[in-house]
Order: sequence, then C-alpha cells, then structure tokens
Amino acid sequence: MTLPEEEYAEIAADAGSGRVPSRTRVVAARFFGTRQGRLGFALLALLFLLAFAGPLVAPWSYTDMDFSAFMRPPSASHWFGTLQTGSDVFALTLRGAQKSLTVGLLVAVVSTAVAAVVGSFAGYFLGWTDRTLMWVADLLLVLPAFLILAIMSPLLAAGRLLLFALMLALFLWMVTSKIVRGMTKAIKEREYVKAARFMGVPPARIIYRHVLPNLASLLVVDATLNVSAAILTETTLSYFGFGIQPPDVSLGALIADGSRTALYAPWTFWFAAGVLVLAVLAVNLVGDSLRDALDPGAGGGR
Amino acid sequence: MAGFLLRRLVNYAVLIAVATSLAYMLAALALDPRSNYEGRNPRPPAAVVDAQLSLYNLNDRTPLVRRYLRWAGGVLRGDLGRTWNGDRVDAEVRRRVGVTLRLIVLGLVLGSVAGVLTGALAAVRQYGWFDRLSTMAAFVVLAVPTVVLANMLIIMAVWLNDRLGVQVFLVSGEHTPGLDGGVGAGLLDRVKHLALPTVSLALGQIAVYSRYQRNMMLDVLDADFVRTAMAKGLRRRTALVKHALRTALIPAVTYFAFTFGSLLVGATITESVFGWHGMGEELVASIRSNDVNMVAAISCFAALAVLTASLAADVLHAVLDPRVRVS
Repeated sequence: MTLPEEEYAEIAADAGSGRVPSRTRVVAARFFGTRQGRLGFALLALLFLLAFAGPLVAPWSYTDMDFSAFMRPPSASHWFGTLQTGSDVFALTLRGAQKSLTVGLLVAVVSTAVAAVVGSFAGYFLGWTDRTLMWVADLLLVLPAFLILAIMSPLLAAGRLLLFALMLALFLWMVTSKIVRGMTKAIKEREYVKAARFMGVPPARIIYRHVLPNLASLLVVDATLNVSAAILTETTLSYFGFGIQPPDVSLGALIADGSRTALYAPWTFWFAAGVLVLAVLAVNLVGDSLRDALDPGAGGGR
Repeated sequence: MAGFLLRRLVNYAVLIAVATSLAYMLAALALDPRSNYEGRNPRPPAAVVDAQLSLYNLNDRTPLVRRYLRWAGGVLRGDLGRTWNGDRVDAEVRRRVGVTLRLIVLGLVLGSVAGVLTGALAAVRQYGWFDRLSTMAAFVVLAVPTVVLANMLIIMAVWLNDRLGVQVFLVSGEHTPGLDGGVGAGLLDRVKHLALPTVSLALGQIAVYSRYQRNMMLDVLDADFVRTAMAKGLRRRTALVKHALRTALIPAVTYFAFTFGSLLVGATITESVFGWHGMGEELVASIRSNDVNMVAAISCFAALAVLTASLAADVLHAVLDPRVRVS
C-alpha cells in the first residue's frame, strides 16, 4: 500500500530535520491505514457521540412515561417506539449505552492496570511475592465470578456504578497477569535491566521505566479486549437482574425485558440488541487493528 | 512426574477448600433466608422460623463461625446440607448436573471440532475467500452476546415453524412431558428440543476456536519440520494434517478443557432462555431464593470442574507433546 501524499511529505520532513517519527505516530498511522481500524474507530466514536449527545436532542428523557402511548411502534414522537410502561425506547437505549460504555472503559483500564502491576511484580521479584500473588490469581480464577457478583448485587444498588465496575474488574485480570509475569521473567534478564539493577535503581522504578513499556503492546490489546468482556459480563448480570439496578437501566436489562416482547413488538428488543452488538463489534475491530499496528514485525498497513 | 502430580493435587485441594469457604461466608453474610419465611402469609411465629432456620443451619442469629464449622463438618462427611425448604442439596445437584451435561456435551463437541477445522482451513489458505469470510463471521458472532443470539434463534425458529406449519424446532424444555409413542418418538422429541440450544452453544465455540486455531496454525505452517516432511516426499495434505495440525492442536487443548469446566455452570443463559433445569439455572435461582448451602455447593462444584479440566488439559498435553513427557 502506498502512503498518502501528506503523510509521505510529513515523514520526509521528519527525516530531513533528523527527527525519528515517534512511536505513537507510527502506530497511529498504521492503525488508521487499515480499513478495519478506521471503521472500528469511526463506529466507536459515533456510538459515544450518540450515547452522550443524543439525549440532548431527544424529546423524552429515560425517566419520562408517555401515558398516551403504550407499546407503540416507532413514530415521529417516539423514534424507537415505546414500552408497555410508556417509556421511550430511544431515551432508554441511549441511557443504557452510556452505562455500558462507561462500565466497559472503566473496567478495562482498572483490570489491565492490576494485571500489569501484579504480573510484573510477581515476575520481577519471584520467590514468595510470586507464589502469593499467583495463588491469589488462581483462587480468583477458581471462584465463579458470576455467582460472587450476583450475590453482591444488593450492595451495588443504584448510584454505585464505580463500585460495580471495580467488582467486575476484580475478576478480569488473572489470565493477563500470568502472561505479563512470564514476559517479565524474560525481560529481567536483558542487559539494560541488569545494568539498571547494578547501578542501584530501586526495583519499583525499574519495573515502571523498563519492564512495563516493553509490555505496552500486550497491555493495550488486553485493555481493548477487556472492554468487550466487561460489557458482555455486565449484560449477562443485568439480564438476570443482578447488574445495574433500577430505576437506572443498562443495555442488558433492556434486552432482557425486550426479549419477552420481541415477537410481537420487535422494537423493544432489536434497538438495544443492535447498539450492544455494534459496540462490541467496534471494540473488537479496534483491538484487532491495534494488535497489527503495534506488532513490530509487521510491515505497513495492509 | 508422580511427585509433581501429587503436589498439584494437594494445591488444588487447598484452592477448592478456600474458594468454597469464601463463597459460603459471602453467601451466609449477604443472603437472607429468614426473609423467605417472614414473607409468608400468614406470618409464622418467630420461634417457629428460628427453629426451622436452625434445623437447616441457616439461622443468621447463630454466629457465622458456628454455622461455618457445622457446614464444613458436614461437607467433610459428604453431606452438602439442606436447601432453605429442607431438600437435600446433593440430590438436587446430582439431578441438575445430568441435565446440564445432556445440554452442553453435543454443543461442545460440535463446536470444538468445527472450530478447529474452520481455523485450520482458514490458515492454510491465508487471505483466501474462506479465510476472509470465516474471520468476518467469527467477529460478528463474537460481538453478539449469548442472550441476543439465543433469542434470535428462537425468533427465527418460531417464524420457520409458522411458515412450514409444522413444529420443526421446540424452543422450551428438555422434552415434551406426557408424550407417548415409543422410544423413537421420544428420541425425535428430544432432538427437536436439543437442536436450538446446541446451535447457540456451538456457534460461539466455533468462533472462538477458529480464531485460536488459525493463529496457532499460521505459526507452525512455515516451521522447519513441516517443510522437512514435505521435502522427504510427504504429500502436502498429509504433512499438514499429521505434523502441522497435531502441533497446532496442543495449545487449543488447554482451551477445550477450560471451556468444558467453565461451561458446566456457565451455560446459565442458554439454560434460562431455553428452559432447561440445569446447574446454570439453579445458580440464579439459589441466589434469588437466598439458598446459602446451595450457593456454596455450586461454587464448590464450579471450582472442582475448572480444576479437573485443567488437570485433564495437563494430561492431554503430555499425550500430544512428547517434550512434556521427557522433561
């Protein structure tokens, strides 16, 4: 694939002034060079825009009930139709998308950070630190996450979105931390890490300066995968009524309610389901292209 | 090898014990079996409720440690306790495991075999039409949550049944109760019930396994041993199946085993949507009905399933990979 004119000019200019293009810029250029990456990013941006700016232009809010329209198909006043209660499906879907996207991003950041810290400390220090941390990881792997989250759902009542996201993140870091641990063990043997150690740089600083940057590509990809994992877990929990609690809504709760009426009132099911599928698809596309863009062995964008 | 296996088993036993105890404590603290009795109309006298709860070791006025010790003692003797209305937990679990197994085994086998074949075929013709098509399809399937997929299948099946005027697919339960007409009719009835849940389980598996298998296969296709095999006169097809596929299967085996372990309680959605009364459905029901002992039993079962699966993966790994046996 040939580079677009301006991009080529930019790189030529960089080379002329003796600067090396920064890694971020290289990765970004490669990422946006693929059709998959552009599509995923555009889709995700569009969904965010819709979820957060949409309510500003919508005629109804998610708590409103229109007592003149129960279970009506989409129309000019209710763009996505209404539910049995008279709630506006458009407003509810946007509110659900807000919650699901927020939870997904928050969980991804927290769980990936935990995986990075736990894995790198275990791999760097080995010995008792390693055994203790990995034992905790095994224990959390063996505990059925869904069951624990469901039992704790009364504690996660309305307004405790942050606590809910933290609980979700608690069950998503274990496998990645094991991979990080293995890679840290290898990185620890490299010359520049040894050099830093012999110069007396404290271990914590070595981990943050030298070990974690080496794992950046793995961690970024893991974070994107965790976004969709978190959104899907939240959906499953909400489907059974253990997730985000009423009066607030999430996509999972909407899908659960909608699936009961989907046969004769398709608008109660398909809009929420569609937004969810699009969101997860977009995140997956972004993750896949990011993996290719970060791979140092790969050539330019395909 | 024996020493290594023994140490592993001891470690697993400790993990299961700690995980189950944690789940019991959490359930005993967070769930409220008392409300099941006090919500009744007419409301039973407090002394009666207390006596009932104490009988089943569910009384929240007994200190947690006393309840835990009594429960743990029972579990050590093989007694998992009683549900909140007095049924034996172990009998209930045994019945439900059978249902879940009948539900997931076919879907798992179909899904893993088809997934591996799809992935291997896609890798052999990388960037060919099959590769592109299967990649896109896998992405779409992975993006569709099980809830949506299962409901889509039901909507499609109902539409198809209406169109054909015959009940080709039955969407609820394991079999039609009170059906008579011999073994043949009974079997056909079960197949009709099983078709949709199997498809919904298998589709997800195919999507996941084909992605893994494709990447593993790509890694080994250019390996020296495959090229050597072909240079020595083996046909491409034989070399790919005997050498490349076998090697690429090794990492996938770990995933098979883990999926099997986690699906035993993880098929919650499939069971709920299609109305099968298995472990997954019981998991949700036991939390709704404040059933402390049942929750603990399910966690114990889940831990056991995951660890058995990981042990099985280790053994299979050794069978497929001679290097493991040597070292």
